[in-house]
Amino acid sequence: MSQLHLISILTALPAFGALVVAGFDAPSKRLARGVGLAFSLVSLALALALWARFNPEVTELQFVERHRWIPSLGVDYFVGVDGLGLLMVLLTGLLVPFSLLASWKIEEKPQLYFALVLLLESGLFGTFTALNFFHWFIFWELSLIPVFFLIKLWGGRERSQAATQFFIYTLVGSVAMLLAFQAIFLATGTFNFPELTQMAHDRRLANGLLKIGWLDMPPRLIALLVFGGVFLGFAVKVPLIPFHTWLPVAYAEAPTGVSMLLTGAMSKMGVYGFLRVLLPIFPEQTRAMLTPLMAMAVVTIVYSAWAAMAQKDLKRTIAYSSINHLGYCLLGLFAAMKTMGSDAVWLNEKAAALNGVLLQMFNHGLSASALFCCVGLLAERSGGRRGLDDFGGLRKVMPVFCGLMGIALFSSLGLPGLNGFIGEFLIFKGAFALSPLATAVATLGLLLTAIFLLNILQKVFSGPLNERWSQMPDLSANERAMLMPVVALMLAIGLYPQLLLGVINPTVVGWIKQIFNYV
Amino acid sequence: MPWIAQYLWLIPVLPLAAAAIIAICRQRRRRLAASLAIGSMAVSFLLAVAALALTLHPRTSEAVWRETFSFSWFEFGATALQLGWVLDPLSACMTVMVTLVSLLIFIFSVGYMQPDENFTRFFGFLSLFAAAMLGLVIANSLLLLFIGWELVGLASYLLIGFWYHKPSAAAAAKKAFITTRIGDLGFLLGMVWWYASSGTLLFYDGGNGCLEASALNLLTAQTTFGGMAVSTAISLLIFCGAMGKSGQVPLHVWLPDAMEGPTPVSALIHAATMVAAGVFLVARVYPLLDANPAQLAGISTALKVIAWVGVITAVFAACIAVAQTDIKRILAYSTISQLGYMMLGIGVGGVAVGMFHLLTHAFFKALLFLGAGSVIHGCQEEQDIRRLGGLKPYMPITFATYAIGMMALAGVPVFFSGFWSKDEILHQAMAWPVSRVPFYLGLIGAFLTAFYMTRQVCYVFGGAYRGGHRDNAAQNLKSKTSEEPSQPPQKHPHESPWVMTAPLIVLAVGALLLGFLGTPVWPWFHDYFNGRHSGVDFSRLREAWPVMAIATLFVVAGLGLGWRFYGGKRIVRAEQADPLEAFLPGVFAVLRRKFLVDEGYEATVIRGNAFAAAAMNWLDRHVWETGVLAIGYLTLGLSWASRLFDDYVVNLGFDTGCDRVRKSAKLLSSVQNGQIQSYLRIVAVALALLVLLLAWGGGL
Repeated sequence: MSQLHLISILTALPAFGALVVAGFDAPSKRLARGVGLAFSLVSLALALALWARFNPEVTELQFVERHRWIPSLGVDYFVGVDGLGLLMVLLTGLLVPFSLLASWKIEEKPQLYFALVLLLESGLFGTFTALNFFHWFIFWELSLIPVFFLIKLWGGRERSQAATQFFIYTLVGSVAMLLAFQAIFLATGTFNFPELTQMAHDRRLANGLLKIGWLDMPPRLIALLVFGGVFLGFAVKVPLIPFHTWLPVAYAEAPTGVSMLLTGAMSKMGVYGFLRVLLPIFPEQTRAMLTPLMAMAVVTIVYSAWAAMAQKDLKRTIAYSSINHLGYCLLGLFAAMKTMGSDAVWLNEKAAALNGVLLQMFNHGLSASALFCCVGLLAERSGGRRGLDDFGGLRKVMPVFCGLMGIALFSSLGLPGLNGFIGEFLIFKGAFALSPLATAVATLGLLLTAIFLLNILQKVFSGPLNERWSQMPDLSANERAMLMPVVALMLAIGLYPQLLLGVINPTVVGWIKQIFNYV
Repeated sequence: MPWIAQYLWLIPVLPLAAAAIIAICRQRRRRLAASLAIGSMAVSFLLAVAALALTLHPRTSEAVWRETFSFSWFEFGATALQLGWVLDPLSACMTVMVTLVSLLIFIFSVGYMQPDENFTRFFGFLSLFAAAMLGLVIANSLLLLFIGWELVGLASYLLIGFWYHKPSAAAAAKKAFITTRIGDLGFLLGMVWWYASSGTLLFYDGGNGCLEASALNLLTAQTTFGGMAVSTAISLLIFCGAMGKSGQVPLHVWLPDAMEGPTPVSALIHAATMVAAGVFLVARVYPLLDANPAQLAGISTALKVIAWVGVITAVFAACIAVAQTDIKRILAYSTISQLGYMMLGIGVGGVAVGMFHLLTHAFFKALLFLGAGSVIHGCQEEQDIRRLGGLKPYMPITFATYAIGMMALAGVPVFFSGFWSKDEILHQAMAWPVSRVPFYLGLIGAFLTAFYMTRQVCYVFGGAYRGGHRDNAAQNLKSKTSEEPSQPPQKHPHESPWVMTAPLIVLAVGALLLGFLGTPVWPWFHDYFNGRHSGVDFSRLREAWPVMAIATLFVVAGLGLGWRFYGGKRIVRAEQADPLEAFLPGVFAVLRRKFLVDEGYEATVIRGNAFAAAAMNWLDRHVWETGVLAIGYLTLGLSWASRLFDDYVVNLGFDTGCDRVRKSAKLLSSVQNGQIQSYLRIVAVALALLVLLLAWGGGL
C-alpha cells in the first residue's frame, strides 16, 4: 500500500491546485472557483480513499512513507497516519470544500483567495500526517501564512490588526516550541515522533536532557522548560486561557470561509499537537503539572462560556464557544494522563476520555464551522450585520435557515441524537472517573453553553419579526445543498458513532497501552 | 422471547418516523401531517396494549415479569456501550398511558390548532415529543433514558415556544430548557458516576445490570465524601434531574411559564410526557434509591429526601394555586403539587404507590387541560378566570367533563380516581416510620386542592359570563392567527366541535374508572407491579377506613370552604376583588406573587450569572488584552530603544570617525584637483623653497 504514496499525493495536490488557481487571469473568476473547488473535492475523495483503505484492526501507523532528507540533522521525510491522523485528514478534507462553497460570493480576487485556502489545506494535511518534527514544523508554519493573508486581505474592519496579532501570537508559541525541540534534538539526536515516544518511554530522553548542562540549571528544570516551550506552542494554538486573546479578534475579523477553517481545522492543530507530541513525549512532566493543567482546562471551559454570554457579536460568541468546546478536549486529555492503577477498568476510563476527545475534535469541527457558515449567510443578507440584537423573528421569513442553524446550535449544545453529545458524554464519563472534582465543575460549562446558545435562538429567530428584514430571502437551493450534507453528517454521527469510533478506538487503546504500560 | 418484547422499539420509532416525515413535508400538507401523527400514535397504542397484555399473563413465579433486549451501540476501550429496552409492568403501563393520552391530545389538537398557520409543524413536534417520551419509558439503559430525556426537553422547548413571535413564549421555552438542564447536570454526573462504579448502564442484564443486586451491593459498600454511601450520592444526583423535569421545588419555576405554549402542549407536558418523566425516572431507578448500606437499617437517605421534597412541593404549589387567576396557571400549579404527591408516594410507599397516582393524574390532568383548552377556544382565547364565568349553559359537555376532572383532582371520594390514588399515598405516609409530618402536610395539600379547584370551577362555569367585551381577548386571538383574519370573532362562548369534546369524554371515563384498579379492597395495581396475584378482600377496609375518612373530611372541608367563598352568585364583575383577598389581603398578595421565587432568582442567580459573564468579558478586554498589548508595546519600546542606542551610541562614534576621515580626505583631495597650473605652482613653490633651504644651509 505504501507504494501508492497516498499521503504524499494528498498533501501535494492542494498545493498544486493553489498554483493552478492562482495562475488564472482576472476575468476568469468562475473558472478559478470551479477548479479550486474541484481540487478540494478530489482531495476529499483521496481522504475518503485513505479512510476506505485504512485497516482499523491495526494500531500501528499506516501508509507510512519514509525517506532520508537531511541525514546530518536527523531530518527524515516521514509521514503516516493512525486513527487520529486519519480523523483529522478527513475533517480537513470535508471542511475545505465546505469553506470554499461558503466563500463562493467573494468577488475580490477569488483566484488568490481560493489558492490561499488550498495552500492552507496542504499545510493542514501535512501537519496531520508528518511524523518528523522538522518536516512537521514546516507544515505547521506553512499553514499560518495563507491564513495571515486571508485575514489581512479579505477580513473585516480591523483585519490588519487581527492578522498581525494572530500571526505574531502563534509565532511566539511556535518559536518557543522550536527552541524546545532544539534541546530535544541535542539530547536525543532524532526528530522523529515515534522514536522520541519510544525514548521517552525507556527514559533515554530524560537521560539525554540531563546531559545538556545549561546555566547550571537542575535537570528537572530543564526538562520542565522544554516541556513548557512545547506546551506554549500548542496552548496558544488551541487556545487555553490565558493564551487566547488573539482568537476572538481573528475569528471575528476573518472572512466567513476562513473563520470556518480556523475553528474547524486549525484549532485542532493544537489539540492534535497535545495528542501526538506533548503527551507521548512528556508524560512525566505532564503528570507533574497535572493539577495546574487541569485547573487551566476547567477555567478555560467556564471562563469562555461566560465570556461568550457577554458577547453581542454572533461571530465572537461562537468564537468563545469554540474555546469552550476545545476546553472539554483538554479536560479529557489531561484526565487521561492521570496515574491510576493498572486495572482494565482504568484503561477503559482513559479510552473513554480519549475517544471522547477525538470525537469532540471532529464534532466541534463540523458544528462550529457550520455555525460560522450560518452567521456568514446571515451577514451576507443583512449587509454585514451579525449582532445578537440586530435580528429577531427570522423564523417567519427564513424557516429553512433557522431549522438548519438550529440543528447546528443544538449539536453544539450537546443534544443527544446529534454528534456533539457522544463526544461530550465520553469525555465526561472518562474524566469523571479519573478526576471527579474538575469534571463536576466543568459541567457548569454545559449549562452556560445552553444558556448562550438558546439566547441566540431566542434573540435572532424568535420574537416579533424585525420589520427591516421582512424581505430577507430564505436559503437558495445552492445554499441548502451546501449546508444539508453537514447537517446530515451531524445526525449520522449522532446516531451511529461507531462510524468514527471504529477507526479511532484501536489507536487510542494503543496509545494508552504504550504510555501507561498496560499489557 | 415474545415478539412484542422484541419489537418494543417500534412504539417510539413509529411516532419518531412520523415526526421525521412531517419535518420534511411542506407546510400546507395539513391532513397528511395530522393523519401521520395520529395514525402512528394509534398503532403505537395498539402495540403498547399488546405489550401490556403480555405482562398480564398469569405468572408462575413470584418475581416481577421482565423481558429485556440489548444491543451494542458503539465500542470504546475494551468494552461496548449497550443500549436496550425492557418490558416490565412499569414500562408496559406507562407506554399504554402515554400512547393513549397522547393519541387523545393529538385528536383534540386537530380542532384546537385548526386556525394556526404552522399546523403541520405542530404535529411534527408533537410526534417528536411523544416519541422521545416513549423511548425514555421503554429504555433499559440509563443512557437511552437520558437520550429520551433530553429529546423530551428539546421537544418541550420547541412546543412551549411554538408561538415564537410572542417574546414571552420564546422566553418561557428558554426558561424551561435551562431550568431543567440545571437538574440534568446532576443527572449527567450521577450517570457517569454510576457508570464508573458499576461498569454498565443497562438496568437489567441477567444479573449484571446496574439495578441488580450485585451492582447495588458494590455501590452501597463504597463511601464517598462525608461518609455518604456512593449509592446515596448517585441517587441524589439523579434525583436532581427528576426535580428539574418534574418541577419540584426549587426547580419548579419553569412549569407555570410553560403555559405559553398552545393548550394541547400543556396537556401533553402535564399529563403524559415531560413532567411524568421525572417521576418515572425515580420509579425506574427505585432499587438504587432503596439500596441501603448494610450497617444502616430502615429507610435510605435518598428516599427520605425524595419524600420530603415531594411533600414540601405538594403544599407549596397548592398554596400558590389558590391565588392565581389564569385558568392554565392554576392547573400548572396543581400539577406541581400533584407531582409532589407522586414523589411523596414513591418516597414513603414505593413505586406502585407513586406510579398509580401518576397514571390516574395523567388522565384527569389531560382532561382538565383539554377542558381548559376547550374553554379558551370557546371564549375568544380568554384565559383569565375573572373574565370567564357562567359557561355551564354554553358548554355543557366541557362543563360535565371538567367537573369530573376537577373532582378527580380534588379527590372526591369513591367515584373518582384521584381519591383512591391519593388515599393510597396518605395511607403510606401515615405509616411512614420516619415522621408523621408528611402525612399532615399531605392532608393540608388535599384540603387546598379541593379549595382551589372549587374556586376555579366557580369562577369559570358559575355565575354569569363576564367576558366578551374586551380588546385584549381579541388581540390574543389576533396574535395567534395573525395570518388568517378569516374567522370572525364570536360574541358568545360556544361549545367546541366533536373532535375536541370526544377526547374529553374518553378521558373523563378514564378519570372515573381508573381508580378502581387500586382500591384497598382490590389492590390489583400494586400486586401487578410487585408480581403478586391479586384478590378481593373486604377485610382490608377495616384497616384503611380511618385514613379514608380523615382525607374525605379534609376534601369536603376544602370543597365547602371554596363554595362558601366563591359559590353561588358571589362573583359578579370581572374587576371585583377576590373574596379571599378581602379576607386575608397580606397572605393573598404573597401567594399571588408565587412566594416571590422568580423575583428571588432574578436577584440572585440570574444577576450573578450576568455579573460573571460581564466580569469575564471585562477581564478579557481589559486584563488579558492589556497584558498582550503591554507585551506588544514592550517589544516596540525595546526595538525603539535599540534603534536609539544604535543611532546615538554605536553609530555615533563610528559616524564621527567616518566624518573625520572624510574631512581629511576632502582636504587631501582638494589638493589633487587635476589643474596643471596649480601643480606647476606647487612645483615652483617647492623648488623655490628647496633652493632657499639649501642656500640657507650654505651647503653649496
